[in-house]
Amino acid sequence: MSKEEKKEQIMKTALSLFAKQGFYSTTIADIAREMGMSVGNMYNYFPSKESLAKELLIYTSKKFGDEIRKINEMDISSKEKIKKIVELYFKKAVEEPELVDYFMRVYLSNKEIFNNGCEGMLCVSAFVTEIMIFFEEGVRKKELKNQDFFAAFGLFMGYIGGLAFLNRENILGKPLEEYIEPVSENIYNALKA
Amino acid sequence: MRLKPKIIWIDGVGCNGCSHSFFNYPEISSFFENFELLYHPLLDSDEFNVQNCDILIIEGALKSNFSRLGKDLNSLISELFLKAKKIIALGTCAVYGGIFGKGLVFDKNEKGKFYKCRDRVINIPGCPSHPEWIMYVLNMIKNDKKIALDEFNRPVEIFSYTSHMGCTRNEYFEWKIDAQDFGSKEGCLFYYQGCQGPFTHSSCNKILWNEVNSKPRAGTPCFGCTEVSFPKKDLFKTETFMGIPANIPLGVSKRAYLTISGIAKSLTNERLTKKLIECENEDKQKDN
Repeated sequence: MSKEEKKEQIMKTALSLFAKQGFYSTTIADIAREMGMSVGNMYNYFPSKESLAKELLIYTSKKFGDEIRKINEMDISSKEKIKKIVELYFKKAVEEPELVDYFMRVYLSNKEIFNNGCEGMLCVSAFVTEIMIFFEEGVRKKELKNQDFFAAFGLFMGYIGGLAFLNRENILGKPLEEYIEPVSENIYNALKA
Repeated sequence: MRLKPKIIWIDGVGCNGCSHSFFNYPEISSFFENFELLYHPLLDSDEFNVQNCDILIIEGALKSNFSRLGKDLNSLISELFLKAKKIIALGTCAVYGGIFGKGLVFDKNEKGKFYKCRDRVINIPGCPSHPEWIMYVLNMIKNDKKIALDEFNRPVEIFSYTSHMGCTRNEYFEWKIDAQDFGSKEGCLFYYQGCQGPFTHSSCNKILWNEVNSKPRAGTPCFGCTEVSFPKKDLFKTETFMGIPANIPLGVSKRAYLTISGIAKSLTNERLTKKLIECENEDKQKDN
């Protein structure tokens, strides 16, 4: 296994532990144990728990960003793209809940961990850039209303993030997949030109 | 070319702004020392004749059924084309059509009436064209030097630059610190004030105007006056789509530009967040 592959495996393990136990209750020793590695060897891959947390954020952001980029490059309408993005997000929330959990329970809830080196867009740029491109092209094609970026971004991401959160809390009455259609419709209605 | 090349300067449909700008050239005497002006619409000269000349300068746009010097403008220019060795299309109107009509070689992005003769034409756009640019081209012609041109027949020596290059606000652009208000010394004019510098071909921030300044340096956005798209509407406002600039710097993908901008915006350059020069209130100074 290459060093990069090993790093990815450590990140996946850490992701699930951070998402499950939270950042502060998870130690490097916990991750090492789960990996079957020595603590000393772990430090060959990540110099600190903070650096691991930051790399994880870059990793998840890139993962989402790459998927949204594929949608951006499809020759379909903004309305269809909205549905595809919602579908992607909800699918991930069900299949890899730790990704969404990590983002909400670690990144958004523990900003102090990310203050040094992950400020603003530094670690989430791959994801946010693709959302920017989606919006920009939608307005350029006159399919979406020209408005403040954050007003639109908050509406889109806050909405689907909120639904994924409610799903994790087992509050939703139906499976998350069944919300893809109405949620996409609502987002489109709010954003359309 | 001969010791003192002969020039005929004709005005099509325009405002004579390029002429006025040129007459303010600090070294204008060198022009008259080195060139013989057979005709210029704003200067006293001999009666106009269609005659041979070394350089024909056409300022202003072409227009059908427009009378000039007792002839139809387009026919007049056709006649003069046959008599001239080199032709300069001067100013954005002559180059692309600008506000008033059609350009000589280009009609906006299409081929213009004189496209077939483009090998003899040098385009110097600008509203107005910079006097130094004109003198550069004239001197190159006089000295039989080859002038390298771009796809719009513009001298690359002048138009391979963007007006962004050399702007004194470049650091603000790098760190994405935008001027929020009009007229401040600090801040970049690209995001809010409509500056077109990063995608406008010109050397305004390399060869300064009146040897002292440029629009962006003085706090006015670049209006993109050397480009085929000039003039746009709302020159003091940046067109954005969902907050993303509709036009981005030349040569970079939108994805790359948004990535680097987002990163720059996430960081802070302390020095640039402050006033460049902190002035004490004058009254307060007097009290002290």
